[in-house]
Amino acid sequence: MREIQFDEIVEAVKNLVIYSSTNLPKDAYDALKDAYKNEKSPVSKEVLAQLIKNADIAKDEQRPLCQDTGLAVFFIKVGEDVKVVGGTLRDAINKGTELGYKEGYLRASTCTPFSRENLKDTVGYNLPAIIHFDLVEGDRIDIEYAAKGGGSENVSRAKVFPPAAGKEGIIEYVKEVISDAGPNPCPPLTVGIGIGGTFEKAAISSKHALFRDIGSTNEDAEMAQLEQTIKDELNKLGIGAMGMGGTQTVLAVHIEANPCHIASLPVSVNVQCHSSRHAHITI
Amino acid sequence: MSKTYYLTTPLSDADVKGLVAGDIVFLSGILYTARDAAHKRLVELIQNKKELPFDLKGSVIYFVGPTPPKPGDPIGSAGPTTSYRMDSYSPILLKHGLKGMIGKGKRSQEVKDACKKYCAVYFGATGGAGALLGKKIISSTVIAYPELGPEAVRKIEVKDFPVTVINDTQGNDLYIQGRAQYEQK
Repeated sequence: MREIQFDEIVEAVKNLVIYSSTNLPKDAYDALKDAYKNEKSPVSKEVLAQLIKNADIAKDEQRPLCQDTGLAVFFIKVGEDVKVVGGTLRDAINKGTELGYKEGYLRASTCTPFSRENLKDTVGYNLPAIIHFDLVEGDRIDIEYAAKGGGSENVSRAKVFPPAAGKEGIIEYVKEVISDAGPNPCPPLTVGIGIGGTFEKAAISSKHALFRDIGSTNEDAEMAQLEQTIKDELNKLGIGAMGMGGTQTVLAVHIEANPCHIASLPVSVNVQCHSSRHAHITI
Repeated sequence: MSKTYYLTTPLSDADVKGLVAGDIVFLSGILYTARDAAHKRLVELIQNKKELPFDLKGSVIYFVGPTPPKPGDPIGSAGPTTSYRMDSYSPILLKHGLKGMIGKGKRSQEVKDACKKYCAVYFGATGGAGALLGKKIISSTVIAYPELGPEAVRKIEVKDFPVTVINDTQGNDLYIQGRAQYEQK
């Protein structure tokens, strides 16, 4: 059994949170540059130029890319042969998150659902983190992190279709979601689609699909084809960067599919703004 | 073809009348920041005939909740938040002299109508460009509701703050017209 110190995890998570807030990952940065090159609308092109410049300033001057520094979302794979010493893994993730948001001068955006009271002085600074645990073989802890903003989360949707809806039903549904969203989720977007499983499995899969690198190809050839078809359809909507009209509405479509019940076809669409702040470490 | 303007706040009717959806404007001068929680309180003050923390006449409100400033900086990252959450409050503020709003995303028909009726505009700033936009802010002072944290009302001074006209005084909407130009049916 491998032992990992509580404090080591705290430190790693803290650094992950701070680094992600100011450094746009290479895949997202390159995707913005490609979009700039391909955009036909001068207004949208100017927006994309600002976004590239923004990423440069954020990195060079260590300023948060966006004032919405998000809720902290983690997908964590815990090896069966690893033991955390000095505290629980959940507490370590939360403590690292809190320290990262505080020491990185990031915004605490977590509040109660109805009174809207910010929880920074009671529960903790931008706590609790949203954590999805999975148990795997081995003696490592694998941590995928994303700072998830509210604007793009607000337009995300899920629906359980009858099986007969098929691929066509899914394509139409995703088009409807992105078309209705228009400028609000800060395009150009990454669109995560969870297909199959149960209601909640589809939603979690659609979130996890956003962690994949933009520009990577789905390992399943059928899904890779469907991703391309949906991306082409979405870019015909004309929404453009920040919704000002243009050809580059979507940077990528990522699908995660699961086996599902014979009676149902669950579909979830989770939308990611252009500021795709995601990172991955293994301890 | 879109035009470029350099304007200084407070804005007059003459300043905003000529602006057309799609025009680029570099704003300088004073802006006031407010999100939904602050808007709710401002509207309550108007309804109760009480004095507002700033003069609405000719003013421009920026929908933003910045990150905390690092030591020595006036403000942290400060890009726009999604504007529809302010839709129910904006028309009454426009009626009382507000001339411009800066945010991102669609507005309701009531807000667009109020822009026409009271001669005002809705500007879009680039969402997610918080580092770049924060640098255009020279100074920042909390003037009301400090307990709201990032949602407090701030008086900020900006220099050449880049925005695009989304809804003008004629009823044009860049989100609808710009998109129609590039939509492939």
